[in-house]
Amino acid sequence: MDITQNFVQLENFGHSHSAPAYVLKINTPEEVHEAFHLAKKMGLTVTARGAGRSYNDSALNGGGIVLDMSDMNAIMRWDKAEGLITAQPGVTLEQLWHKVEPDGWWTPVVSGTMRTTLGGCLGANIHGKNNFKMGTFGEHVVEFTAILPTGAEVTCSPNKNADLFYSIISGLGMLGIIVSITMKMKHIYSGLVSVDAFPVRNLHEQLTALQDGAPNSDYIVGWMDTFAGGSSLGRGQIHAAHYLHAGDDPNPRETMKVQNQVLPPYIFGVFPKSILHYFMTPFANNLGWSMVNLAKYIASQRKHTFRQPHAAFHFLLDYVPGWEFSYGKGGLIQYQSFLPKETAESAWTEMLRLSLKNGLPSYLGVTKRHRPDKFLLTHAVDGFSLAMDFKVTEGNRARLGKMLQEFDEIVLRAGGRFYFAKNSETSADTARAFYGEETVKKFKKLKDRCDPHGLLESDLYRRIFG
Amino acid sequence: MSETKKMMDKPATATPLNPRKRAIIVGAAGGIGAALSRKLAREGFALALVDFNQQAVEALRDEINQTAKETRALAYQHDVTKYNSAPELLRRIIADLGGVDSLVYVAGMIYFPALDEYNFAQDSKMVEVNLLGGMAWMGAVAPLFQNAKRGQIVGVSSVAGDRGRIGNPGYNASKAGMTNYLEGLRNRLTRHGVNVLTVKPGMVKTDMLKLPGAPKPVLALEPEQVADLIWDGMRARKQTIYVAGIWKLVMLVIRHIPSFIFRRLNF
Repeated sequence: MDITQNFVQLENFGHSHSAPAYVLKINTPEEVHEAFHLAKKMGLTVTARGAGRSYNDSALNGGGIVLDMSDMNAIMRWDKAEGLITAQPGVTLEQLWHKVEPDGWWTPVVSGTMRTTLGGCLGANIHGKNNFKMGTFGEHVVEFTAILPTGAEVTCSPNKNADLFYSIISGLGMLGIIVSITMKMKHIYSGLVSVDAFPVRNLHEQLTALQDGAPNSDYIVGWMDTFAGGSSLGRGQIHAAHYLHAGDDPNPRETMKVQNQVLPPYIFGVFPKSILHYFMTPFANNLGWSMVNLAKYIASQRKHTFRQPHAAFHFLLDYVPGWEFSYGKGGLIQYQSFLPKETAESAWTEMLRLSLKNGLPSYLGVTKRHRPDKFLLTHAVDGFSLAMDFKVTEGNRARLGKMLQEFDEIVLRAGGRFYFAKNSETSADTARAFYGEETVKKFKKLKDRCDPHGLLESDLYRRIFG
Repeated sequence: MSETKKMMDKPATATPLNPRKRAIIVGAAGGIGAALSRKLAREGFALALVDFNQQAVEALRDEINQTAKETRALAYQHDVTKYNSAPELLRRIIADLGGVDSLVYVAGMIYFPALDEYNFAQDSKMVEVNLLGGMAWMGAVAPLFQNAKRGQIVGVSSVAGDRGRIGNPGYNASKAGMTNYLEGLRNRLTRHGVNVLTVKPGMVKTDMLKLPGAPKPVLALEPEQVADLIWDGMRARKQTIYVAGIWKLVMLVIRHIPSFIFRRLNF
């Protein structure tokens, strides 16, 4: 088979990195088997790719084969009495909530964008703004089927092939290709959530609000003005949200309809959002974003409670389509660190100060509350996470790279972890240090068992396990 | 791949903050090839060094990696006249490098015939190495670059391709073919975002000039100077460069010498 025609330059979500690969469209499980055969014959490696929504190199495989799973996107079964859904890995979170919400259900864990696919969500074992309460995406999987590079097809659940269940989920697509997923949805009584918004004046207040607010909330998330220094370091705004109880919403059938969830395509009713990112581009620099952050902080001073559709509350990243293009030619990277609650404040104080001192501010800071989970390559801790977006330019690459290395050291010293849907620079040494030798050994052993010829590889895999 | 021997680890993967460029240099162990390899390594490239001379290409690889204190170059033994093996080796190299940004074809050979000597064995060898090998490699990478909508092809031709001359019709023909092939590639690929750079060196102080029958050096450059100029051309994504620049002027004159004069000249 001549795969020359399939050679395509693929990008990460932040448009900051790309790598060429031979892209094969996958429509059926049989084609996954065929792709493994082809890869073996040609001496190439294979990575599965869903929506390409990772900020890093997890769905890139430079010079190898990439399986485009996005067309394998059928919802095979929806049991609205039990809230059980069985779907193929290319199904997006958007498809999922469109299917289940009108029947009174919601996906228990979602990312900040609804464009992600189930396969990708499981590979990275994503979390949402309710990680402290509902855990990760994988915790709501009842069962999945994966094809291993050995040719074996395995069905895994917490009780069946449990070792593979807890390692293929979180395994970054490096143990097998998931071809079918059954998940349990969460029952809801309204298409709306009730949101409390209130300001926090510094990092200590921010983390305290997350810590104290979590037990009484269904979702909690902090926004951080990453330009503020001194005594205002870490200031921002908290959004804590609750599901509505039965009877709170007088007309749940109406609010749960897809058309009443959809993000409006226009701003002020007239301005199409599809072109908004062009107007953001001139602001995508230190000055512009410091003004945006300041304006947002001033606006956040008003403490208020409001109701909002689920989709509008969760999928902030989809609010301005193509926003990631506004960062310009160098694109953006995200740096997300997870720290135990005891060390988070001091470590992030050090990191935020470093970034301001170096003149390399993050343009967007987001904090969340987390809890540990049982998955092998877990990123979770009993503590908090801080996600920071950085613009990449020709001139700042070396300085930013050096600073992120210092960040890595601070996080490691503080007993923290990283998340590989996000971090693009973390080295093999750092990954080994936070996963721990024993976990790495366990993972390599499973890798040898599932993939003895080393067919599954991504740029991410080579970076952190190479 | 029996004819290929790869050693050492692969170069580190590229990241957004360390967007390592990657180049394949075919004919890496020769005079210009080795100088360009060292230059690109200093510029941070990850390199695949391809050459017929296994010992030389492995020594160059080791030297580059030791200087860089990391794996920056991989070595591959390959005979460019084994045309059919180029696509497969290319695929292997792109997988090893994790991608490819530039392909440089600098493999070449020359034989200096006497003025009354018509040596088909040598002429065909020059066409095979200087032209056909280049077509095999560049023709293999072209569709990949075209599909990826990016990339750069650098072909080292020669001022000798600008006119057919009394001294070496076979060499002239091989380089004229190369220049013409590169022009065609450029016309095909520019619209797909691919840069095609034709490099026309004049005389270069390499082993070629030490061969029997070689002319006396005129305006000759060191290989290192040539490498610097090629890199400048690559970085600026130029179309055609003469190396050194003075040859552009010289060849402008020579290209315009009418045939009735040219056939009476002795160079």
